[in-house]
Amino acid sequence: MFELPKKIKMIAAALTIVGLGLLVIGFNTDYSQASDGHDDHAVAQKDHDALSTHGDYPGEAHAAMIQAALTGELDDSHAGTHSDHDAHAEVTHELEEGHAEASHAEHAVDSHDDHGAARHAENRPWAGLLVNTIFFLSIGLGALFFLAIQYAAQVGWSVGILRVMEAMALWVGIPMLVMFFIGIAGSLHWHHLYHWMLEGIADPASANYDKIIAGKVAWLNAPFFLARTVIYFIIWAGAAYLFRRNSLKEDAMSKGKNLFFTQRKLAATFLVLYAVTSSTSAWDFIMSIDTHWFSTMFGWYTFAGMFVTALTVMNLIVMYLRLGGHMPWVNANHQHDLGKFMFAFSVFWTYLWFSQYMLIWYSNIPEEVTYFMNRFSAEYKPIFIGMVALNFLLPILVLMSRDSKRIFGFLSLASVFILAGHWMDHFIMVMPGTVGYEFGFGYPELGGLLFYLGLFVLVVGHFLGKAPLAMKNHPMVKESKHFHQ
Amino acid sequence: MAHTESPALVRALFTDDDVVLSAVKTLRDKGHSISEVYSPFPIHGLDKAMGLKETRLAIASFIYGLIGLTVAILITWYMMNSNWAQDIGGKPSMSWGKNMPSFVPTMFELTVFFAAHLMVWTYFIVNKLYPGAEAQNPDPRTTDDHFMIEMPAGKGVIPALKAAGAIEIIEA
Repeated sequence: MFELPKKIKMIAAALTIVGLGLLVIGFNTDYSQASDGHDDHAVAQKDHDALSTHGDYPGEAHAAMIQAALTGELDDSHAGTHSDHDAHAEVTHELEEGHAEASHAEHAVDSHDDHGAARHAENRPWAGLLVNTIFFLSIGLGALFFLAIQYAAQVGWSVGILRVMEAMALWVGIPMLVMFFIGIAGSLHWHHLYHWMLEGIADPASANYDKIIAGKVAWLNAPFFLARTVIYFIIWAGAAYLFRRNSLKEDAMSKGKNLFFTQRKLAATFLVLYAVTSSTSAWDFIMSIDTHWFSTMFGWYTFAGMFVTALTVMNLIVMYLRLGGHMPWVNANHQHDLGKFMFAFSVFWTYLWFSQYMLIWYSNIPEEVTYFMNRFSAEYKPIFIGMVALNFLLPILVLMSRDSKRIFGFLSLASVFILAGHWMDHFIMVMPGTVGYEFGFGYPELGGLLFYLGLFVLVVGHFLGKAPLAMKNHPMVKESKHFHQ
Repeated sequence: MAHTESPALVRALFTDDDVVLSAVKTLRDKGHSISEVYSPFPIHGLDKAMGLKETRLAIASFIYGLIGLTVAILITWYMMNSNWAQDIGGKPSMSWGKNMPSFVPTMFELTVFFAAHLMVWTYFIVNKLYPGAEAQNPDPRTTDDHFMIEMPAGKGVIPALKAAGAIEIIEA
């Protein structure tokens, strides 16, 4: 039976504690003063002309949008392109309205700035926690999805690594608990990650009133958000638990008997629920940060990133177990296939990233394009472009050849870079809408990362050691052993 | 391939792909060399069992893909920006760099097109397959339900083939 070496356990425990400590420091740091963000801000202001600074706040977003339209920054021939759309009327209407607001913004740029920067700075530790929560949630959830696919598609080759997937899938509950806590904290107004949680956002009499968000309150309201989080938790953690329970039960059965079809039914049911919840959870946890903005591809896009992340971590774990000689039945052919999955879904992720980007870029509608204009600001651009390079060019160049998917060095190097790339992807999805330009990689971000990393190693290591790594009665154990290509 | 014509050859026919695969393995383990195997369909793992060199088609395909990408960049630039500049998506920037996202589908398609087509033509040329080419398989049954191992004649070859499950042996 596999057991996590004492040394690794100690390091992981130390990481968890250090991470927790850094998180606590992060939560007690006042970023509005700690960072010299104000100077940067002033520079940014000049560069971007107030655009996208407060991208997700009502009024301000409009003002930025309209201002951009007026100065022609969005698009030289904007009016011409949309002249025959209904939107035109709205745009003109908003232009008038926005003009006042825009000039207001210009006059009062300093006071606005302080206000927004302070609110952004307050969000820093929470945003750092959210990025890491979503990133580590995606590892567990992606593995759970892959596990279900193995049963639903009656896959033979992967039986030797199903236990790894089970252990990873069981991890899914922990980040979900933190997610629930973040939701509670948001509804108590401890942070402003989710702008729609603001009090009076749907109340026309309130100063916080936002017409667009008011139209979305049927879905975006704190009680329903928390209820959905609980539902996701039940479905995901419940499925992971059931898969594991059945698989352990199967091991205890007499030779020749198995629970394969029970597992397959469970997998099929879960996949249907997952198809819905993976999309809705992406809207809830991530897309609703930029409340005004929406993209119909967002669920898929998040799913693609999630799946690649999970496959990459799975690759690393399988490599580690093989190096330690814990899985003699897994050979270079299995690893090759895992590597292929990693490569293929990196390309799939790029495909979805580009599809979302190109449609928005091409149509150039202000309410959509602001999302990418935020991310193309001088501050975010290096991260934004860098993560696309890491998630697309690197896998293409490193993982395309057959041999590189069989050599530990290449595969682990690519894995580490892909993980870094997808962490940055989650960072870039969360940060512009929550902390604006007050972002950074400091205590909360690093703390959250180390905390989850240590905890992940401990939890997954624990579950890997809880059951034999080889399944006994799965009908395709033999097929997996003889897998070659 | 055509260069397998040599004076003393033994051809053995089989009726099952698994038997052929294991026959190739045992014969090579005994130190015999296999010149060619004919089969109506590809047999998984046969290339490794025969000890064939790794194909270089993959490298060729990568280069063809790069050529396709280059061609795509050139024609999109020439057609859309240079020869007759177009207003793309309401963005009359007239520069390839700024319009690049809208050319990505073209770049992708031409990369695939070049890689796939040139790879197929390369395959045909390397294997001397052209219209009117003579069939290279010595026995038409290998296009139906039989498999054939072709190897140089030598001591102990025929008993070894028989032991490996050959149903018919032709000495040529």
